[in-house]
Amino acid sequence: MTRLLVGPFNRVEGDLEVNLEIRDDQVVDAQANSPLYRGFEAILQGRPALDALVIAPRICGICSVSQSLAAAAALRSVAGFTPPANGVLAANIAHAAENAADHLTHFYLFFMPDFARDVYAGEAWFDVTAARFKATKGTGAMAWLEQRQRLLHVMGVLAGKWPHSLAFQPGGSTKSVDKGGKVRLLSIVHDLRLYLERTLFADTLEAVTSLADSQALLAWADQHPGGDFAHFLSVSAACGLDALGQTSLPLMSFGAYASGEGALFAQGVFDHTEGGSVLDVATLSEDLTSTWMQGESGHPGQASAHIDVNKDGAYTWCKAPRLDAQPVEVGALARQAVDAQPLVRDLLKSGQSNVQARIVARLMETARLVLALEDWVRALQPGEPFCLPDALPESGAGVGLVEAARGSLGHWLEIENGRLSHYQIIAPTTWNFSPRCAKGLPGPLEQALVGTPVRDGEQDPVAVQHVVRSFDPCMVCTVH
Amino acid sequence: MGRDPFTVLWLQAGSCGGCTMAVLEAGSRNLFDELCGRDIDVLWHPALSEATGSEVRSLLDDIENDRVHLDALCVEGTLMTGPKGSGRFQMSASFGRPFAHLVRDLAGHARYVVAVGTCSAFGGIPADKGDVAEATGLQYLDDQVGGLLGKGFVSGAGLPVINISGCAPHPGWIMETLSALSMDDLRGEDLDVLGRPRFISNHLAHHGCDRNEFYEFKASAATLSDRGCLMENLGCRATQAQGDCNLRGWNGEGSCTKGGFSCIACTAPGFQNIQNYHETPKLAGIPVGLPVDMPKAWFVALAALSKSATPDRVRRNAHADHVVVPPVRSAPKNKSSKNGKGEKP
Repeated sequence: MTRLLVGPFNRVEGDLEVNLEIRDDQVVDAQANSPLYRGFEAILQGRPALDALVIAPRICGICSVSQSLAAAAALRSVAGFTPPANGVLAANIAHAAENAADHLTHFYLFFMPDFARDVYAGEAWFDVTAARFKATKGTGAMAWLEQRQRLLHVMGVLAGKWPHSLAFQPGGSTKSVDKGGKVRLLSIVHDLRLYLERTLFADTLEAVTSLADSQALLAWADQHPGGDFAHFLSVSAACGLDALGQTSLPLMSFGAYASGEGALFAQGVFDHTEGGSVLDVATLSEDLTSTWMQGESGHPGQASAHIDVNKDGAYTWCKAPRLDAQPVEVGALARQAVDAQPLVRDLLKSGQSNVQARIVARLMETARLVLALEDWVRALQPGEPFCLPDALPESGAGVGLVEAARGSLGHWLEIENGRLSHYQIIAPTTWNFSPRCAKGLPGPLEQALVGTPVRDGEQDPVAVQHVVRSFDPCMVCTVH
Repeated sequence: MGRDPFTVLWLQAGSCGGCTMAVLEAGSRNLFDELCGRDIDVLWHPALSEATGSEVRSLLDDIENDRVHLDALCVEGTLMTGPKGSGRFQMSASFGRPFAHLVRDLAGHARYVVAVGTCSAFGGIPADKGDVAEATGLQYLDDQVGGLLGKGFVSGAGLPVINISGCAPHPGWIMETLSALSMDDLRGEDLDVLGRPRFISNHLAHHGCDRNEFYEFKASAATLSDRGCLMENLGCRATQAQGDCNLRGWNGEGSCTKGGFSCIACTAPGFQNIQNYHETPKLAGIPVGLPVDMPKAWFVALAALSKSATPDRVRRNAHADHVVVPPVRSAPKNKSSKNGKGEKP
């Protein structure tokens, strides 16, 4: 048996290293370490309540709008008011643009470049993959960066700038859009559609979103081999990505993109054997057993912690959030499974989440988001209000639950005499890369890594990198 | 031909990743073509490069032993020196030392050291007054020179740390600074007293603000989505904060003030310690933070005068989130006209 320390990991957002125990060319045990602590919850403590909107988004420059919306939702829940329809739509549009940008950046810049590594040079699919996805050189990454700039022009119209906007307030969105701005938004969204239909899918979004099961998906990929998605599916089949990075943990989603007509993606839990069920957020808790922190484990609405770098048995700054004492996986796969998206449900028939399903779910979600974006932009009503003045009560407790690109994000806060007396955040990768809890249960990544093959002499096993990056980890959010 | 490419190593200290997200938008085509066009060779970037784990450790070792030449060390994120000076708030076993120490060691091998963003420039949000993280910038903590590398630090080319502050900075600020360095075209006299490139900090965020007419007439917004000037009531610091923010487009056509919210002076040291960002602190009804070099008496006099002259259109539009009174010429006043012709409509 050998031990291997893999790190520093890159093409993940932030700092990560993984400790592996390897036997018979396989990972038999894994520990995920998030080695950076910045103290955001302590920084928020004692601030005037609305200043959370300046501080909280700066937890993460990648999902800054998600952090912003979680903080705004938590403050809004204290006040109990409803923003005007335009404000909700503007927030949904900016949020969906950020999440789509994150999904595609993950695919082109973070995940696929590992298949262009020299270790795969002998494979039949290598040359095409390397030309398209080689880090910093691939034509696919360059085309995506050009499109990404264009997509983020949504923020110029709606949010002033990105990352770190202050446009999203409890009362709505500070930037009203006139009829010209509405058309500019439509044009940006249309460009995204064209890009996806010409580059990623080589087919219409309607055709992609109507794929109902894995058989239909494979037949479709045969007919549309020119797209990057079909190319991914062929590499995935050759590398067995559907059998890599498996866990049978339940999948959780807080529900995403609420509007007057309810959420675009439903809230709930999907269990591989029992199917979908209702989410009971009262059973959320954070466990500190393996974290360099002291304090009571408990619900984020009450519990708080302080640091202890010398704690026995601790190996990460990441806490271990649990749902009803169980680890759960979050992310696009969870969102689409909970929302009963047919293809994603079918890909999970084996009873296991896996690397391939995580990637497919992300791209399927991207296609669905563009269809929603088109509706939301058209629904904007220039001339009607976007934001109401937001007077917060002097005291009260609130919670904001949103879905960031990487999964469920929650902010729990309390206000006393106009200032924040309590602030706890559970971020998506805190769930996915959580360490062992008091019951000794490893988190989703730690479970998914078990069984991962290690080639002879590998210092940074390539399959381990596929598994880690399949979660699209955001380590800066994880510890905050 | 024959000039070696300009080598860049980009590290993320205690960062949110936002400066990297910003620089990904640089260039009129895409970042990779932009770097190529400037002859910049990125030795390693945590979000972009293929190399991981052991490959990175060996690159850093090569730089520290001068086997690989480093032109610019770019650091994004605050330097975590806590708890109790140990640096363990950012400590990975794979680097064998706290991250702040790694940065300090590498800085001695770079021709230029560049702080990308307010965190590595001045400490930023994690350097909050409470000081839980014991965070600092590379050569400043807030406006106090020192920081991680010390007051006397100069890089191989003889410059102090170059501070591209902003949270996050405009992609153009990052790319233009790096490009100027790659041509050895940024010298000591091109930096302001806080180490910021003067082509950025010679301007105020206020310059080019599209609320200018409201500012002139002191027609002030009462709430964030109003179109009026954000300075008098809503904490806007654009008349004091340095940066050409409103002379450029952010994400196309945007800027903070165009987005409907106030400038929070994110390019300035200590912006993290402001309280009530969206309220203007006042003394006897007069804003405490006046435009950067304006005498108070003049400001009060001019404000009173311009308020008394504010057109109804400007006053009413200042309190709406869209134009409610369009600009139109006054109706012809035939009778009062001397020659009886009146103005053309």
